[in-house]
Parts: sequence; structure tokens; C-alpha cells
Amino acid sequence: MSLFLIAALPFLGAVFPALLIRAGRNASASAAGLTTFLAFVGLMLHAPAIFRGEVIQVGIDWLPALGLNANFFLDGLGFLFAAMILGIGLLVILYARFYLSREDPMGQFYSYLLLFQGAMVGIVMSDNILLLLIFWELTSLSSFLLIGFWKHLPEGRQGARMALAVTGSGGLAMIGGMMILGNVAGSYDLSVILQNKDLIQASPLYLPALILILIGCFTKSAQFPFHFWLPHAMAAPTPVSAYLHSATMVKAGLFLMARLWPVLAGTPEWFYIVATTGLVTMLLGAVIALFKDDLKALLAYSTVSHLGLITMLLGFGTKIAAVTAVFHIINHATFKAALFMSAGIVDHEAHTRNINRLGGLRHLMPVTATIAIVAALSMAGIPPFNGFLSKEMMLEETVHTLWGSSHYLVPGLALLAALFSAAYSFRFIGHVFLGQPRDDYPATPHDPGLGMWAGPGFLMVLVVLIGLFSAKLAGPLVAVAAGAVIGGDDLPYYSLKLWHGLTPALYMSGVAVIGGLILVRLHRPLMALWMATPRPEAKQIFDVSMRGLTKLAQLITDGLHNGAITRYAFVMMLFIIGICYYAYSSGSLGTASRPVQGVGPIPVIAWFCLIIATLAVVAKHRQRQLSLVLIGVVGLVVSMGFNYLSAPDLALTQLSVEVVSMVLLLLALNFMPKDSPIEAPLWVRLRDGGIAVIGGLGAAALIYALMLRDFVAPSISDYHLANAYKGGGGTNVVNVILVDFRGYDTFGEIIVLGIAALVIYALTEAVLGSRVRAYLLNRKPDMPQAGDAHPMMMVVATRVMMPLALMVAAYIFFRGHNLPGGGFIAGLIAAIALLMQYMASGFSWAAERQRVGYHGIIGSGVLIAASAGLASWFAARPFLTSAYGYLHWPPLEEFEWATASLFDLGVFLAVVGAVLLTLESLARFAWQPGMSTEHAMDINPARDAAENSEDEV
Amino acid sequence: MEILSVEFLVASAVGLLTAAGIYLILRRRTFPVILGLSLLTYGVNIFLFATGRLRVDAPPILDKYAKVAYTDPLPQALVLTAIVISFGMTAVVVMIALAAYLSSKDDRIDMPHHPEDEGEDA
Repeated sequence: MSLFLIAALPFLGAVFPALLIRAGRNASASAAGLTTFLAFVGLMLHAPAIFRGEVIQVGIDWLPALGLNANFFLDGLGFLFAAMILGIGLLVILYARFYLSREDPMGQFYSYLLLFQGAMVGIVMSDNILLLLIFWELTSLSSFLLIGFWKHLPEGRQGARMALAVTGSGGLAMIGGMMILGNVAGSYDLSVILQNKDLIQASPLYLPALILILIGCFTKSAQFPFHFWLPHAMAAPTPVSAYLHSATMVKAGLFLMARLWPVLAGTPEWFYIVATTGLVTMLLGAVIALFKDDLKALLAYSTVSHLGLITMLLGFGTKIAAVTAVFHIINHATFKAALFMSAGIVDHEAHTRNINRLGGLRHLMPVTATIAIVAALSMAGIPPFNGFLSKEMMLEETVHTLWGSSHYLVPGLALLAALFSAAYSFRFIGHVFLGQPRDDYPATPHDPGLGMWAGPGFLMVLVVLIGLFSAKLAGPLVAVAAGAVIGGDDLPYYSLKLWHGLTPALYMSGVAVIGGLILVRLHRPLMALWMATPRPEAKQIFDVSMRGLTKLAQLITDGLHNGAITRYAFVMMLFIIGICYYAYSSGSLGTASRPVQGVGPIPVIAWFCLIIATLAVVAKHRQRQLSLVLIGVVGLVVSMGFNYLSAPDLALTQLSVEVVSMVLLLLALNFMPKDSPIEAPLWVRLRDGGIAVIGGLGAAALIYALMLRDFVAPSISDYHLANAYKGGGGTNVVNVILVDFRGYDTFGEIIVLGIAALVIYALTEAVLGSRVRAYLLNRKPDMPQAGDAHPMMMVVATRVMMPLALMVAAYIFFRGHNLPGGGFIAGLIAAIALLMQYMASGFSWAAERQRVGYHGIIGSGVLIAASAGLASWFAARPFLTSAYGYLHWPPLEEFEWATASLFDLGVFLAVVGAVLLTLESLARFAWQPGMSTEHAMDINPARDAAENSEDEV
Repeated sequence: MEILSVEFLVASAVGLLTAAGIYLILRRRTFPVILGLSLLTYGVNIFLFATGRLRVDAPPILDKYAKVAYTDPLPQALVLTAIVISFGMTAVVVMIALAAYLSSKDDRIDMPHHPEDEGEDA
């Protein structure tokens, strides 16, 4: 099975449990199980190749320019982890089916679990470190969902938040580290990075990269001082704990350290950071675990301790230590998953996890007791179970390790940790399962059904078999995985067996076991001593620092984002002026190469009008209606200017947009205050005026300088001029550009326009659906109204004008391809023609006669434009390639047709629809009851005469 | 009359429209801000148009019979759509301003300053 499919299967499968939960919990669990099983089988199909020492690679270049490729590879290490993730995942799915109660949303649970599983599989199979980072963050997110699965428990929510905060921030640090690593190695592909050990270790950026990556690994793998999140994550349902804390989440950090071992390990920095952290964590976890009364808390700290052990081994940097680390990863996964599940069974059946309330369970639940005791003995390092083997090898390694100049520090502390480890394991056995049964359990414990103990039972069998037949069973897997860690085939000599002779490690083991037994005997007084010792509580420190950070973030956010839009606008303007100044001062201005052009008196008069009108808008902006009139003057001069400067299309467009905008603004002003009070103090107005003057002068100087110089590079306009007729079949180059050369832009633009109109429509609906409607219905006009709302002269005139105006629109539309005009302008003119009916005869009258909705007109416009573009596909041309030709239908003159006209029709319809939908929406605000009338005209002599005659009769 | 060139007229118009636009955008009520946006739109559109350099009596309408000069058509096409789109933008802004005013009976654009809401999550 392709690696892509293996990585994708859990994600694809995540949909099914959530859907199938309607068909029952078995269906949901089966879907999750089947998905995992399929992925597991797919992985196992690669096993022969992996054991032959091959590396399987698949990849597609996604964004090669950024070094972001979807590359996967599978070697021994990845295979080992993927097998653990999927294999233990399968057992956990089975276990969870019987563990979760009817009230728990099981479909959700399995979906989260599969998402998490997919992210984990992605991590261990990624070849590209950027891809790896994505999966890495996904595990943080999905584990958040899993840990906080019992949303009703505050501990669950807090634990989930803490895990996310710690592992998430570690992930951020790691992104930095990985980026540095990728830059140093010159590639983001692991297979390349792993070849560049010397280059990376010689780089001055080695240490920063190492520290950042290690922060990521240590937070994920709960190493001191980031270990505190793991025990709090125990608020999760036990299947989650069993999965996250034995085989997956916390092993991700170890995996990454092992993965990067070939390039990062072997330096003093690596040794002192990693090995020391591991050693401290191992000891600390083991000591705390002994004093925990909650079964899961005990196991949590024991996990912390074992993770420290593996970290320390990886930190040693020797090959044999790396082999031991790999072996212990396997062993720890088996016995710890079994232990978590057993603890879950005890909790499930006895309704308590408190060790002080348990004891004697051996008699009541013999199957569970057997599984738990075997696994716990393995954890304590008792032969012949698998935990003994790797712990022996670990102790052996510590003896050969020199820390600073001390021979005794590492072995001594490791022995102490092993001693405490044995002690808490014995306590787990002794205080829970041994002794006499009690009569005060919260519920009567008994063995659960097969479904629940099958998983841990299977793991227990593995614990025993790997212990007894280690070389046969685990040997090949350890060899390929360790070979991948070490990077090369030259594995050091080691042998996985129970009896190595009378080695120092054996003596140390003996001491640890005996010491552990003594500690358990002395547990009661030691516990009293422990409780009396003051010690920092990690959760409180975490909470205080989180509160501090939250306050800081709030302070910054509220300080910057205080809701004063004037301030945002001010800062933005300053910034724009600042970067413009920077651009100006850092560049050089060429000499003027174009002459200025003289000008006659009429343009100067128009210019004066524009200047005066603009100044007047600013001066009179408080009188809103007056300023609208003045801004209309500005718009008219601008249109005239366009016409004067050889842009007839622009002049027509500006003119028609001017009309529509003015109607729009007047409609809106109808409901708004008619004047703006003076609010800003004088200095603020002066300040704003200063900014405005600087901005204006800058813009003027820039465009003046630009106009006096020629193009730096040849313009593409010449191409457009040369090909407008030959390629596009039109002589109006602007129109040909719009509908042909840059038709795709235009297509996007009509869609934007349509969306804008729909936004306005939606806003209108929202506002009119709220309490504002009552206000509008009862609103009294704040200005004197015209006595005659629908004057007869105007009604008659607009009706007469309507066909004429539409005819003008049609004319402008059809000539657009060759002469000034086209869809945009024609659309605006048609919209104005219809708008006049609304204005003259009233909204109700016009709306009644409006048969086709404006939404539909917008939509049909976009669709027609799209189909005109798509049609060129049938001629095997790119989207929006136009075709044209000439037709001769007697008795008409020969005329031209072009597919671009069809596109322009789409533009036309979209513009008509958008403009009218906008204005109609605004007009609906003014609707009041009693406005509907059958008559468009208030005064109609003919009607009045008829009514009078009726009266007479 | 060297000063009063076409270029000077256009550049000064752009400058004035920009300045007026910026000043009005910095006002505190919605309506002047909308006016400012409109003025700024004029300024920006003319600016874009003028990047094609100015020419009188040379519309980019191809003439089959005579070889004549044409002005740059490309900025015209871009500005044409810009005019229409800015209408759409103005309309949306007007609508938002109107809806905000009707809902709150206040047309200030700055949010009123509230004492901080202390939010403590569980």
C-alpha cells in the first residue's frame, strides 16, 4: 500500500465513526477499527522490504520553490513507530468500545482518535520536515480534543488547555529550530539533512537550532521542566491516556530525537543537555510516582520517568545506548499500555482509582490482576519480563558514562531512579492487588468481559514473550530501527538476552529491587515525610504565568485595538506616507524626458471648478446635502477631464456611475443626520490637515514627476493596440482589453460587484428583520416633504424616456466593441433608465412591475459571461479566447459578430442587476404602510375626472 | 503659460483630491468619511489613468484609414473597472454606515470607550 494511503487512511476514516454512530456503537467502533486495521495491514505489507534494510520513499513536489514537498519515507525507525501507533491504536479502539459509557459521544471519540492517529503516523513517515511540523502541530491540536474529551469536567478542560499550551508553544520553538536546520542543510528533506552531519555540527547555528528543536521534543515528551502537563492530561478517559502516554503523543518527542540523532547527537552540547535532562526527569518522575495515590497519576509520573530514561539514553550519544533506547521504547509501550488499561479496568469496576481505597483485588479480579502484576513487574525490571532486559542494558550504559569528571554521578542517580521505579511498581502491585479483600470498595469489583481485557492481555503476552525470546521476537525489529537511528548498517555488538553474567548492571538491578522492597515497606512514614516537605506546585506556577501572559496580551490588544477607527486611519495614513518617503529617499529620480503640453482656456476653467468644488466639499462637509451637490460637481469635471484626455469610455462610465452614486447617497442621507457636529478639537483638525496636505503634495509630486518621464520598460500597451483588431476583432481597444485580453479580470470584477450587491441585500434583510424596522415604520420625516410625491410631469416624462433610454443603452452596448461604449456603460445606463421609474412613480409601483428578481439577473450575467468563456474550451482554446467573424444578412449591411459580445452581455446583465439590487435594497428602508397605491401619479386629471363623474351619478 | 500645462492641471487635481480625501477620511462621522473615500477614489483613479501619460485627441479607437497616434489604452481599461468597482465599494460602505446608524442611532465611527470587561474563564 502506498505510504500516502497509509498516512491518509486515518484521516479519511475519521469521518465514518462520527457518521456511523447513528447505526450504533458497534458500527462506530468497527469503522474506526477497520480503518486502523487496513492501515496496519498496509504497513505490514512493507515489512519484508524494511527487514531487508530498504527505505521506501514516495513524494510529490508541492511547492518546490519553498522546499515544501509532500514526501514520505519509511525506514526501520518509522516502521517501528508506525507499527506501535497503529497496533496499539487497534487495541485501544477495542478497549474504548467497552470502556466508554452510553452517555459518552463515542462517534466523536473515535473520530478524534483517528485524527490523532493520522497525525502521529504522518510524523513518523514524513520525509519533509515542514510536512513533519504540520503533523506535529496536528497532534497537539487533536490531543487537545482527546484530553478534553470529557468536556463537563473542569480538570479535563484545564488539562487539555495546559497540554495544548505546553506542547503547542514547544511546537513553535521547534518550527524555528527546523527552519534553521533546513537552511543550514540546504534542504527541508530529512533524507538530505541526515546526510549532512558535519555541515550542521560545524555551523554556528547548530546550538540555537539544537536548543529550539529540543524544546519542542522536551515539551512533547514531558521532560523536566515541562513534565507537569502529562499528569494533568490524566483527566482524559483512560483509553486516551493509554494511547497518548504509552505509544504515541509523548513518544513523538523521543521519535524526533532519534530521527535527528545522526546529525545532532555526538557533541558535548547534545550530551549535557539531553542526557542531563533525561537523568533528572527519570529520577524526579520516579520519586514523585511513589507518592501518588491515584493509580493514573502514579502511572503518569512513571511514564515521565521512563521517558526521561529513554531521553537520557539518546543523550549519551553512543550507538549502543541508541540501540538500548529503541529497545526500551518497544518495551515501555507494551507494559505501559497494558498498565494504563488495567488501571482503567480497576477504575471502571471498583469506581475508584485511589490506591488507599483498594487492595486485595487479586481475589476479586484475577485476570486483571495477572495482567497488571506481570506488566508492573516488567516496569520494575524483574526478570524474565522485557522491562528487565532494557533496564539492564541502560544500567550497563550508565556505568560507562562520564559526566563532567565524575564516574559515579550518572550510574548513581540512575540506580536511585531504578530503585524508586521498582518501589512504585511494587506499591502498584502490593497496595492494589495483594493483601486481603476489603469490604468498603465503592463498587464490587469483578473481572470485565473479554473485550475489555483482551487488549491488555495481548500486551501482557508480548511482555512475557519479548522477555523470554527477545533475540528472536524483538531482535530484527530492534536491529532495523536502531540501524535507522544510528544511520548505517554498522550496528555495535549487543545481545538481547536475560543472562549476561555477573555484570555491574546485575548487581545494580539487585540493589534496586531490594531497595524498592524496603521503600514500599517504609511507605507510610515516607509519605508523611513527603507531605511535610514543601515543594513547588507546577500547576500553580503555570496558572500564574498564564494569567500574566493573558493580562499582557489583553493589555497589548486593547492598547492597539481600542475601537477608534479614526486612530487606525490616522496611523495607516502616516504609515503610507512614511513608506512613500522611504521609497523616495532610497531611490533616484531620473531627468524629465517628456515635454509638458500646453492647454487652452476651457480646461483651465473646468480645473478651477474642480478645485473650488473640492475645497468647498471640505469646507462645507458638515452640511451634508450641500457637500453632496458639490461632490457631484467634482465628478462631472472628472468625467469631462477623461473625455478631454482621450478617454471617452472612462468619461461615459464616470458620468453614469456619478448619477447612480448620487441617488444612492441621497437615499442613504434621507435616514441619517443632515449635518455633522464639530467634535475634534482644533489641534486634531490641524494635525489631520497637515497629514492631508503632505499626502496630497506627495501624490501630486509623484504623478507630476511620472508624467514628465517616459516608461522605464516597454509598455505592453503597444501589443494591445497592435492586436486589438487582428486578435479581438474590435477597434475600441479599451473594450477589447476588457472583454478579451484581460477578460478574466473583468469576469472577476463582475463577480465582486455581484457579491457587493448581495452583501447589501443581506444587510438590508438583517436590519429590516430587527427592531430597526419598527423605528423606520414610525419614523416621521425630519425635513419638509414635497407636497406631490409623484409629480405628473415627471412620471409622464420618465415613461416616455424609458424606451428611449433603453434604446440608448442597447446602442451603446452594440457599438462598444468598435466605438466608445460596452457592457459596463450600457449596464449603467439601463440601470438609470429603470431607476427613473422608481424615482418618479414610487417604489411600490415599480416593484410591482418588476417581474424578474435582480439576484437572478446578476446570476445570469455571471453565468453568461462564464459560458462565453467556457465555449472556447470546445475549440481547444484557453478560457475566454474570443472568436469573431462577419455576417451578411440581406437586406442588412454586413455586420460583425464576436463571442466577446456574449461576454459583454454577461457584464451588462451583472451591472444592471447589481446596481438595481443595491438601490432597491436601500429604497426598501423608506417603505411605510399606506404607501402602496395603484396609481403612480398623485394627481391625474383623467382619473379625477372619472371619479367626479361617478360622484355625480 | 508654461506653468499651466495639462500635466500640472492633472497633478494638482490629483493632489488636491487626495488631500481632501485624506482629511475627510480622518473625520469622526460616517458621512464625511464616505465623502472622503469618494474624493480619494477620484484622486486614485486619475492617478492610475495618468500613469499612461496624457494625450489630447488621441482616443484608443483604431482608425482603419489613417495612421494616427493613440493614447495608452491599458490604464483606461483598468480605471474603467476601478470606477465600477468603487461604486460597489461605496455602496457597501454606505449600507454599513446606514445600518450602523439605524441600529445605534449614532453615526460616530469610533467605538465608545467602555470600562474593560473583565472576563475570567473557568
